[in-house]
Parts: sequence; C-alpha cells; structure tokens
Amino acid sequence: MSNAQPPQASFWNDTGRSGIAAWIFSTDHKRIGLLYLYSTFGFFLTGVLLGLLLRIELIAPGRTIVGPQTYNALFTVHGVVMIFLFILPSFPGAFGNLVMPIQVGARDVAFPRLNLLSWWLYIIGAVIVLVSLFTGGGAPDTGWTFYVPFSARTGTNVSLAVFGVFIIGFSAILTGLNFITTIHRLRAPGMTWDRLPLFTWSLYATAWVQVLATPILAITLVLVMAERLLGTGLFDPARGGDPLMYQHLFWIYSHPAVYIMILPAMGVISDIIPVFSRKPIFGYKMIAFSSLAIAAAGSLVWGHHMFTSGMSDTAVLVFSFLTFIVAIPSAIKVFNWVSTLYRGSISLEAPMLFALSFILLFSIGGLSGLILGAAATDVHVHDTHFVVGHFHYVMFGGSGFAFFAAMHYWLPKFYGRRYAEKPALLAWALMFTGFNLLYFTMQVLGMKGMPRRYYDYLPEFASLNLLATVGSWILAAGLVIMLVNLFRGLRGGVPFEGNPWGGATLEWSVATPPPTENFEEEPLVTHGPYDFEGMGKP
Amino acid sequence: MNPARLMTTTEAIDPVFMFIFGACLVLLIGITAAMLYFVVRYHRSKAPEATSKAEGNLWLEIIWTVLPTMLVLAMFYYGWSGYLTLRNVPEEAMEVTATARMWSWSFSYANGVTSPKLYVPVGRPVRVNLVSQDVIHGFFLPAFRVKRDVVPGMKNHAWFVASKAGSYDLFCSQYCGTSHSAMISTVEALPEAEFAAWMEHEKSGEEQKEHPGHELLEKHGCLGCHSEDGSARVGPTLKGIWGRSVTVETNGAGRVVIADEAYLRRSILEPGADLVKGFPPIMPPFTLKDDELRAIVQYLRGLK
Repeated sequence: MSNAQPPQASFWNDTGRSGIAAWIFSTDHKRIGLLYLYSTFGFFLTGVLLGLLLRIELIAPGRTIVGPQTYNALFTVHGVVMIFLFILPSFPGAFGNLVMPIQVGARDVAFPRLNLLSWWLYIIGAVIVLVSLFTGGGAPDTGWTFYVPFSARTGTNVSLAVFGVFIIGFSAILTGLNFITTIHRLRAPGMTWDRLPLFTWSLYATAWVQVLATPILAITLVLVMAERLLGTGLFDPARGGDPLMYQHLFWIYSHPAVYIMILPAMGVISDIIPVFSRKPIFGYKMIAFSSLAIAAAGSLVWGHHMFTSGMSDTAVLVFSFLTFIVAIPSAIKVFNWVSTLYRGSISLEAPMLFALSFILLFSIGGLSGLILGAAATDVHVHDTHFVVGHFHYVMFGGSGFAFFAAMHYWLPKFYGRRYAEKPALLAWALMFTGFNLLYFTMQVLGMKGMPRRYYDYLPEFASLNLLATVGSWILAAGLVIMLVNLFRGLRGGVPFEGNPWGGATLEWSVATPPPTENFEEEPLVTHGPYDFEGMGKP
Repeated sequence: MNPARLMTTTEAIDPVFMFIFGACLVLLIGITAAMLYFVVRYHRSKAPEATSKAEGNLWLEIIWTVLPTMLVLAMFYYGWSGYLTLRNVPEEAMEVTATARMWSWSFSYANGVTSPKLYVPVGRPVRVNLVSQDVIHGFFLPAFRVKRDVVPGMKNHAWFVASKAGSYDLFCSQYCGTSHSAMISTVEALPEAEFAAWMEHEKSGEEQKEHPGHELLEKHGCLGCHSEDGSARVGPTLKGIWGRSVTVETNGAGRVVIADEAYLRRSILEPGADLVKGFPPIMPPFTLKDDELRAIVQYLRGLK
C-alpha cells in the first residue's frame, strides 16, 4: 500500500516510523481508516469467494462440489465473515475514520490511541474466528445466527468462533464511543449541528446503536459459551431453559446491527447525490432526523425475526406494528433523494451511478421487507430464499453498492490519483445486472417455497437455481473489473487534484491527499454542507 | 370465518400477498420512473446548471410521511387479520402429532398409528401438534402457506386443510444440521374413503410388533443417519455391524476394533470417543437406559 507515490507532503509520507510499523502503530485516523479498508475489504473478498462456492454447489440438485457438512460450514462462515468481519466494521472503520474527522473540521478523532486499539481488537477477533475454522471440531456449522440448542450441541468449533465475534464487539463499542465524542466535542467553529454533513449525521446515529446494542451481543455470546463449556442450561429445555430466550437476546442486538450496516450507507448516498446534481440536498433536516428515528425505532422491532417461533400472538402483533413504523423514515429518505434530482444538473459519473442504483436496490429490498413485516405473509416466506434475497438486496445492494460508491467518491481524494471512468461504468453495469439476476431469482425461489440453508433441493427448483448461479458469475465478473480498475487507478492513474466534482463538505477543501494534520489552521465554517455557490465548477 | 364453507389458510394469506405486492409495485415503478425521468431530463448535457436551489418543502414532507404511514398501517392490519386465520384452529379439526428429530419426521394419529408421511383426508381441517426431540426444526407446507417452528420443550401447533387430493411438499424450514435439507416429507391428501381405508390398513399393520430394538432406533431418530439396508447415509450403515472390523480414530490415532457390545454401547453414549474413519464428528451423545441399550445391541446382533 505504500507503493503509491503521492505528489506532495501528505499523510502518506509524513511519518516518524518506517515500514509496516508506520501503519499498524499509527494513530492517524486516515491511516487507521485505510487499515480498516484493506482488512475489511479482504474479508469481503473472502466472503465473496465462499458465496460463489455456495452458488456453484446449488447450480444443480444433489452433490456438485462439496458434501452437506462442508456446505453448512460454508454458509455459516460466509455469513459470519460478511456480517461481523466486513459490513459491521467497514463503514465506520474505513470511511468513518477516513472522512468524518475532516468533515467536522477536526485534526483527528477524539481518542486516537483508542482508535488504534479498536482496529487491533478487530484484527485479533478476526484472527480468532479464522483459527476456529481450522481447529477443534472444524468450522462452525450453525449459521451466523448460532441458534440454540443446535449451537450448544454441535461438535464443531462454535465456542472459539463466538469468542472471536465477542472480541470484535468491543472494537465496535470503542469506535462508537470515539465517534460520538468526536462529533460532540471536536467540531470546528461554525460547524453547527445543521451544517453537519449527512454522512457524519448517519455515523452519529450509528455510533449510538454500536454503543447501546453491541453489549447485548457480548452478553448473548458469553451465555452461549457458558452453555457449551459450563452446561448452564439457560437455553436447554431439558433443564428448564428456554431456546426462545436466546433468539430474543440474539435479535435484540442483531436487528439494530442491520441499521449499523445500512445507516452509514444512507449517509454516503446523501452526500453523493447533491454533489453530482449540483443542488442542495432536499429535506436536510428530515434526512438527518430520520437517521435518528431509524436508530431509535429500529431497536424495538427485533421480534419480527420470530413470527413463526412460537412466541405469543400479542408479541407478533406489537412487533409487526413497530416494524411497519420503522419503514416510514426509510421511505422519507428515498423520496428526498429522488426530489434532490429534480431540476438539478446531473452528472452520471461512477459514484453517482452506484448511488442511484443504491436507491433502486435498497427500495426493492425495503419493499420486500414489507412482505416480511406483515404477519400473514411473513409466515410463508420466513426461513426461505425470499429472506436471503431480501437481506442481500438491503445489505449488498444497499450497503455494498454504497460502499462501492464511497470507494469511487473518496478514495481518489486520499490517494491523489484516480481510476479510469469507462471500466468503472462497465463494472457497474455488469454488477447491477448480475446482482438482480442472482437475488431477484432468490426471492422468486422463496415465494415458491424453497427453504434457506438447503444443501439439496427438489427438481422443481432447479432452473431458477441455475439462473441465480449464472447471475453470481456476472456479478463476480463486474466486481473483478471494478477492483482491477481501482487498484490500477489509485496506484498509477492520472493525478486527482483539488475538487473536481465541486463538493462543498470540508474534506474537499483540504489538500489532496490530505496532510497528516488535515487542516493547516483550524477552519471556520461559514456555509452548509451542500451549498455549492462558488464551489469549483467541474 | 364463513360457517358455510371453511376458509383455507391459502385463501386467507394470498390476498394479503396480492395487496402488498400490488402496493409495492406501484411504489417501485413510481420511484424508478421519477429517477429515470429526472436523470434524463436534468442531465448535465441538457441542464448545465441546476435551476432550483430548493432545500425542502414542508408540505411535500408531510404528504410523503402521512400517505406511506396510512399505507403501511393498512398492510399491518391486513397482515394481522390473515395471521389470525392461521392461529384460529377450526373446532372440528382432526389432531395429528408431528415429531421432528435430526433428520426425519414422524406423524402419529389419535389411535396410535404412526407414519413417516402426513396422510390427511381432503376437506377436513387438521391440527398438527409440533414436538421436537432434539433441536429446533420448522414445519413448513408451502402449498398451504403454513409454517411453525418445532421447538423442544414448547407446545407449538399449526393447522391446514387440503381442499384437493394430492401430494404436497413438507419441508424442515429451521436449520438443524448436516441433513437439514434431507428432512423433507409430504402431505398426502386422500379423499375421505381412501383415507379411512389407509388408516384401517395401518392399524392392522400395527399388530405385527417390530423388534423393540428397531422401535428404539426409530424412536431416537438413529435411522435418519444410519441405514438398515447397507446404503450409505451421513453415518455408517447398521447392516451387518455386529462383529465387523471397523477402522476408528481414538484421540486422533487410527486403530482397528471389532464391533462388539462394549464398542456399540460406547458409540451410542460417547460417539466422539471412537470415530469411524471417513465420517464427520457430528453425532450427538445419546443418554439411554441400560435396558434400552441391551435391546438395541440385541437387535443389531441379528441385523445381517
């Protein structure tokens, strides 16, 4: 990563240490951000490979490449890697660290050393998860949900994997604390709350979820370990325990966790769309407020994962109602994004294409979520491929595409070089096509009744599964083109200078790449984040 | 519920699907069309400068907060009333108990008949009581839009009525381990007379008592993984197991043992102690009484 030779003094070459130590012991938020970017994106690629293997196995009924036990381990590891090692830490860790302190006009986050510790905790947890795959009874085969009593009795290496995730949880809590403090205390003069860029607003809402919800995951995981190692019997009906209590505890964290994954993505979109429309964001306050509303109401809907579990019908009633309520702030955001385009001056460059496709894919994901929120229809599609499709529309079509948008939008700023535009558009077109072929087909499969986590399936599901697998290859081809293009461009592409897109947030006012101190002197903020009057024309 | 004709679960759920799908389709087409129109109409090649600096509009915000709220509340209400149909079992329903275990189903009727498939009479509602012997499973009938988890220690139930004769898929929907996807069966819906004939035939069949050892193997779900006919499943076959020389791994070291009584007992109580080469370490330990173990070993001796 240090091969890139930026043209001027910047955080790339201004360092006291040398070699790898200059990176892994750096407390500079930009270096830590890049550490997160490389490590989380590495795990993303691992997860993609596992996902492709899953799709190859499902290309036809019966055994194709692996046996059932291996398949079950593959989808478990795919889920654990993608959720705990990629999506959860990547947005706050990578782009939150890179961009947020500059956006608020600060020199660094509030606690730089704590920030470094967070990355280290993440890496230690990730290594423990990796070790768990190859030691003990083999890779966990429980699904990323670790449902008891199965997870308490399987002979695979669940305890160690769970311990790794437990450690990663602390990384998330510390990052959340750090960001809340930074946004409250380190804003530059004139950076009032209503001048805060919406990406920073979304990170602020996310940070509260990280701080408040992650401890519940930690408690739940400790209880699973106690169940396995000490035989506490809290979840074991044979000893008076209750398996449903585990599901409640798990989803009290894991549903809000979905908002940790999607809120920063919404923030990225809210920052990109005004810049490429050269027009202020429509409904700034509503978008900022809806992030807080999602973070708050999203903590009260976990029970919609359990409509068929046997919990009381009253609970089904309440959770279904609250689930529909949490849909409203998301809808408000979509309407405001689309209205921002109205009478703008729209440029369809790579970040904007990814951002616009986010709106479409997230809408499909969100609307299919309404099917899952209604009690009657949820029963039919629960635990089927419909849920798998829905989840990937929101998490991959949503967070994933927003992550790609953020890479194309912000990375040139930090590398001082840019990627080629045409391959970026080709990659986008392939990924968008392959994505819909893969996951829309999954939703149809689920409607027809194919359960999820199925190694083998009846012949009636064969042609759609073949179609989905072909979609996964098109998606992967696009991904490879995107990565090669980014890698080549950021290493040796044409220089990226100044503010070619005319962004009005503070990160576009500093040198490219930013110097270690970010700002030569403390900035005085005199305009809003989407006030493009007087910004450089493209 | 219409007293003249029973509303099936499918008839209760499908209109809810149509309503939500319809509304979602309208919204999705609206959002997409607006986006595409704006992108084409206000592309920088046609609109070099933005012609609006609008930062919001209170009335628009109110409209697109209130209208979606009303729409989703309608969805919520409609979804809830459909769900109530799934929960209110008709009084005249026939009772069947579905027992789930890793990785097979068995269905037992009030008169003691058991079957690996769920036979039901056409037109008669069926209440299925759900019992799990080990982990959580899911009782899923796609054709009837019915799903309910089968949770150990909990008394869950579901109901459905088949309005046409036929064979319908029955899946395990809650992930339960290695052979989760093989834990499938069918609902066999027979006309009333045929169902009665089937029941008679099964009842008479019950009189030929199986070996108690075989019954125990069936009861504890052993046969889901270990065949009695020599065919390969998740675990080694039980056919001809007595006296077979088996290559096992004990604490990581390979050795050859003869399958005798001590070996068979240990393999049931502590399956991980001597792991048969080539098979995954996935069998859970079983806690059986001494007379049960004796009966199983005696049965296995004779299983040539």
